[in-house]
Amino acid sequence: MLSFAARNALKPNVCRAFAASARQVRGIQTASLPPLPYAYDALEPHISGEIMKLHHQKHHQTYVNGLNAAEEAYSKTTSVKEQIALQAAIKFNGGGHINHSLFWKNLAPANEDGGKLVDGPLKQAIERDFGSVEALKKQFNATTAAIQGSGWGWLGFNTGNKKLEVVTTSNQDPLISHVPIIGVDIWEHAFYLQYKNVKPDYLNAIWNVINFKEAEKRLVEASK
Amino acid sequence: MSNTLPPLPYAYNALEPYINEQIMTLHHTKHHQTYVNALNAAEAAYAKASTPKERIALQAALKFNGGGHINHSLFWKNLAPSAAAGKGNGGVLKDGPLKSAIEQVWGSLDALKKEFNTATLGIQGSGWGWLGYNTQTKRLEIATTPNQDPLLSLVPIIGVDIWEHAFYLQYLNVKPDYLNAIWNVINFEEAEARLVEASGNSKL
Repeated sequence: MLSFAARNALKPNVCRAFAASARQVRGIQTASLPPLPYAYDALEPHISGEIMKLHHQKHHQTYVNGLNAAEEAYSKTTSVKEQIALQAAIKFNGGGHINHSLFWKNLAPANEDGGKLVDGPLKQAIERDFGSVEALKKQFNATTAAIQGSGWGWLGFNTGNKKLEVVTTSNQDPLISHVPIIGVDIWEHAFYLQYKNVKPDYLNAIWNVINFKEAEKRLVEASK
Repeated sequence: MSNTLPPLPYAYNALEPYINEQIMTLHHTKHHQTYVNALNAAEAAYAKASTPKERIALQAALKFNGGGHINHSLFWKNLAPSAAAGKGNGGVLKDGPLKSAIEQVWGSLDALKKEFNTATLGIQGSGWGWLGYNTQTKRLEIATTPNQDPLLSLVPIIGVDIWEHAFYLQYLNVKPDYLNAIWNVINFEEAEARLVEASGNSKL
């Protein structure tokens, strides 16, 4: 039997567990921060350990927390007006969670898979739709650098015409028009500590740590 | 007529410790300069445009870079070296029309700061927090604009840049610390001058 003090100390955790399981009964899963597939300094010198740590532990974690809070509030709404009022928070934090989860996986250390595009469906599709990998990088970088504010650059697969295309999304909007193949974060927090205002240097450097293997997996899956 | 980068009204390190020299230097000589250069290019292209379609195609560049130039030009002037650090009048709100107008709406300067910071923190992306004067209701209001959109619905009284380049090197992801700190270098004298001008000197 627990003492009165011990029972009270456990209360908040028990309440949280009940709340979480109640939401699971209604089909709502709590989002959680996915672990980074590599060490924080593994993408150096292209993206510093300092940036990776803040980006993952602070920025992405904040989107996860914000998403859980928004979904919690949404599950309690009783009117469409309240639901609509919560849409912005779900889009922003949900998009932030989606985008960053994709991002960590489409990066890889340069001494492992990072930056290496081997012959295969992805290389073929890039050469078919852009002429060469260099041409893709050039267009991708120019388009991404031109975003007026915060956002993401994407290589996306257009399921309509079955082509790879370079597209952008603003703020934390998820990519919906295409299947995401490669995403690059161009919010200032993604590069400023290391590259300051010189976005082109960041965009040139990041290609050294793009995980083309993961990108190819996404393309193969999308092409089925 | 070409736009030019206005000089900073104080040294790059003058807003320390609230906004550091590295940020001020990059913010002024790189970010604002880039908006000026791109605005000039967009205006030159616009002058040569001969169809509505061409002009419309240039609107985004004019809005982004023109807004960036407008916003930052206002920003440098509504900052001042802090009284708290013994460097100037930044952060000091004296009795007068601005103080009265603030107390009329929020009750106190502290209440304004709280609401301003909350609104500015709520921006989902890049943008600006504003204290603005509503010429219709003759009252101060808090507003935000996304990206580099200029404030059009109100007369700008105080603007605060919440783009990450404005604070990240010093405050990292901790936006609330930046927003609390910046009130020490807000130039309330400039803000009051703007309010007096906007309200036509009439009683608010």
